[in-house]
Amino acid sequence: MMHEKIDAAPVTGLSRYLWLLLPAAVLAAAIVWLLQANPLQGFNNGAPPVENLTIERTILDHDGLRLLVRAGGSDPMMVAQVQVDAAYWEFSQEPQGPIARGDTAWISLPFPWVLGETHNVTFVTNTGATFDHEIAVAVPTPVATSGSLWSQGILGAFVGILPVAIGLMCYPALRGAGQRTITFLLALTVGLLAFLLVDTVVEALEFASASAPIFQGSVMVVLTAAASFLILMAVGRRRGTPTGLALATFIALGIGLHNFGEGLAIGAAFAAGSAGLGTFLVLGFTLHNITEGIGIAAPILKVKPSLLSFVGLALLAGGPAVIGIWTGSLAYAPQWTAIALAIGAGAIAQVIVEVCGLMSRSNGQGIKALLAPASFGGLAAGVAFMYTTAMLVKI
Amino acid sequence: MLKWAQTALSRRSLLGGGVAALGATSICTSTTVAQQTHSGDHGAAASAVKSGDVAPAHRSAHGSMITVGAVDNARNGFDPTSMLTDWYTGELSDLPDGRKLRSFEITVEEKEIEIAPGVMFPAWTYNGRVPGPALRAAEGERLSIKLINNGSHPHSLHFHGIHAARMDGVPGAGVIGPGEEFVYEITAKPFGCHLYHCHALPLARHIHKGMYGLFVIDPDPARHPDHLEVAASRLLGFPENARWQELAMVMNAFDTNFDGENEFYACNTVAHCYAKEPIKIDKGRPVRIYLMNIVEFDPINSFHLHANFFDYYDQGTTLTPTLKTVDLITQCQAQRGILEFTFEEHEPGLYMFHAHQSEFTELGWMGMFDVQETVS
Repeated sequence: MMHEKIDAAPVTGLSRYLWLLLPAAVLAAAIVWLLQANPLQGFNNGAPPVENLTIERTILDHDGLRLLVRAGGSDPMMVAQVQVDAAYWEFSQEPQGPIARGDTAWISLPFPWVLGETHNVTFVTNTGATFDHEIAVAVPTPVATSGSLWSQGILGAFVGILPVAIGLMCYPALRGAGQRTITFLLALTVGLLAFLLVDTVVEALEFASASAPIFQGSVMVVLTAAASFLILMAVGRRRGTPTGLALATFIALGIGLHNFGEGLAIGAAFAAGSAGLGTFLVLGFTLHNITEGIGIAAPILKVKPSLLSFVGLALLAGGPAVIGIWTGSLAYAPQWTAIALAIGAGAIAQVIVEVCGLMSRSNGQGIKALLAPASFGGLAAGVAFMYTTAMLVKI
Repeated sequence: MLKWAQTALSRRSLLGGGVAALGATSICTSTTVAQQTHSGDHGAAASAVKSGDVAPAHRSAHGSMITVGAVDNARNGFDPTSMLTDWYTGELSDLPDGRKLRSFEITVEEKEIEIAPGVMFPAWTYNGRVPGPALRAAEGERLSIKLINNGSHPHSLHFHGIHAARMDGVPGAGVIGPGEEFVYEITAKPFGCHLYHCHALPLARHIHKGMYGLFVIDPDPARHPDHLEVAASRLLGFPENARWQELAMVMNAFDTNFDGENEFYACNTVAHCYAKEPIKIDKGRPVRIYLMNIVEFDPINSFHLHANFFDYYDQGTTLTPTLKTVDLITQCQAQRGILEFTFEEHEPGLYMFHAHQSEFTELGWMGMFDVQETVS
């Protein structure tokens, strides 16, 4: 944490606020002059306005297609005509009229889409510019029915809760472990968290790049991750550096936030028609995430938490996957997935810092503990295990 | 675990159900004007569709696969329906040698036109319209066509006909710069259904921007004693010609985002114009279409007539059909011809016509004949 001292001028409260009037007045004058005198007219070279349209959500149902579009042009944009598969279709827009910069509108078309096939939607603006959107595989957008929530919940449990629970079940076996083993396990946790951190940041940036430019995706991801990291650090250290159950809880929270983002992405894949989720893949996810449970168990090997704590930790780390799949399947805009993943990345960075802190303090060796063979071995094992098991689910 | 979801998505070039499409910027001159004018239209059009208590006539045939709204013909300065029968016959005078002289005047004008409801296109026009005026003359007449270039680029008139090299309208022979004038002096031959277009370079851009038109030379019956009646029926103004319902149709298309592919196809510029306002046909009188294809970027176009067959005169240079009893013809760019058919034996109703490239049809090139007992 950095602390800076700023030399504040000894001004009284009132005059300080009066001084604020000067920059405000200059800004107001500049705006008025720009609008009134139009001094930038010389730049008007007859070029058309820059237009940008991002398609954020695609809903397919028995009425046809509904698409949420966000305008990002230099001027308000007008969707003049809409093609589906190179044919003009009647459409209605809600709200009607030009779409202001940053605003969204729903475009609805009574289009008879074909199950399992690809459709291409093209928006033609009044200047004749076109914006394409591919519906890769047309499937009805999931609606929240009890049946679909149940099956998605089962999937979430398999990829989120079950592996964490299985990992935590190693706890009794690890209880009697010596210092070297504990160091190894903590380093293993750092390794798997490092893998997840890289993975999450990359995913977040990819979703960010699919979102409307107005959100400045990559900056948004970095800032969100940094904020998430700092807030969790501050909260975690209110009562000193977290150890034991507190640290395990933070690890579970970080993994849980990460799993929420993953759940969103899986749900989005459902909404986009990537339906063929095989048993093998689900088992792959389960195996891939088992280390998460071991990681959560590592800091509490020297304390005796209640059984309820274990249930709580498993739900905290794995449960968000279920919520993420539920939310993601409703085809939410990519920037939300990016933000969720970025929050997860910040949380993971926080627990990496705290687990490393714990390792360096644990046997009084300080930073040297991180360089011991057990630590190196654990780190390498964690990363290697995550990487290898990720191959199972890589298509 | 995210790997699976991500791969499944990216395999189909899709991420998270939303794809950011980067904007292509079109090259047009006064889009602010376009946007302002359009904002009024669109609301009205969209609400008209939404209210839906009385479905427009065209919906019976196309369902909802059609452009939304209506084009402001008054602002465009031309109306696709009146363009069908709007022949530019010029000024006729006598030459000392006894021949007829027909004089035309064509002005190049840069103009934003609405080629589909709400979609503006920065066109280069002849006499403010796309296609340019449908010139009509009779075989053997001397033609004097004055071109005034009020545009910002060099332009020309290149006639498909028989004429001297210096009248060809190619660079060095009748391509004129902005502010210049040129008079093309040619003889109207051979008779047929021809065209003219700008031959300034680059050719594709000048054609695609709207610089083309029909150039019809009617046969002189006196020169065709073997086919006197047919020739007379083709000669505009002759009594034999009066009972024919003659229509000028130019199959064209517009690449509004300048990516080398057309966004809108049409007959006489405005997408779906004859679907929304069917062409009234008197079922007792024969129909003759002067048809030409000037579509840029696509190698071929076609004309298909529903529920009927026609005779076809390729390039119109013969008085006997080159194709008999067909319901589909194809034309490459600048190919043209005459279609003759009748609905005499048909029951009244809406008879569709369109390109039989479904893509062109669905992007605007389709229309209807409204065959009636007697057209009021």
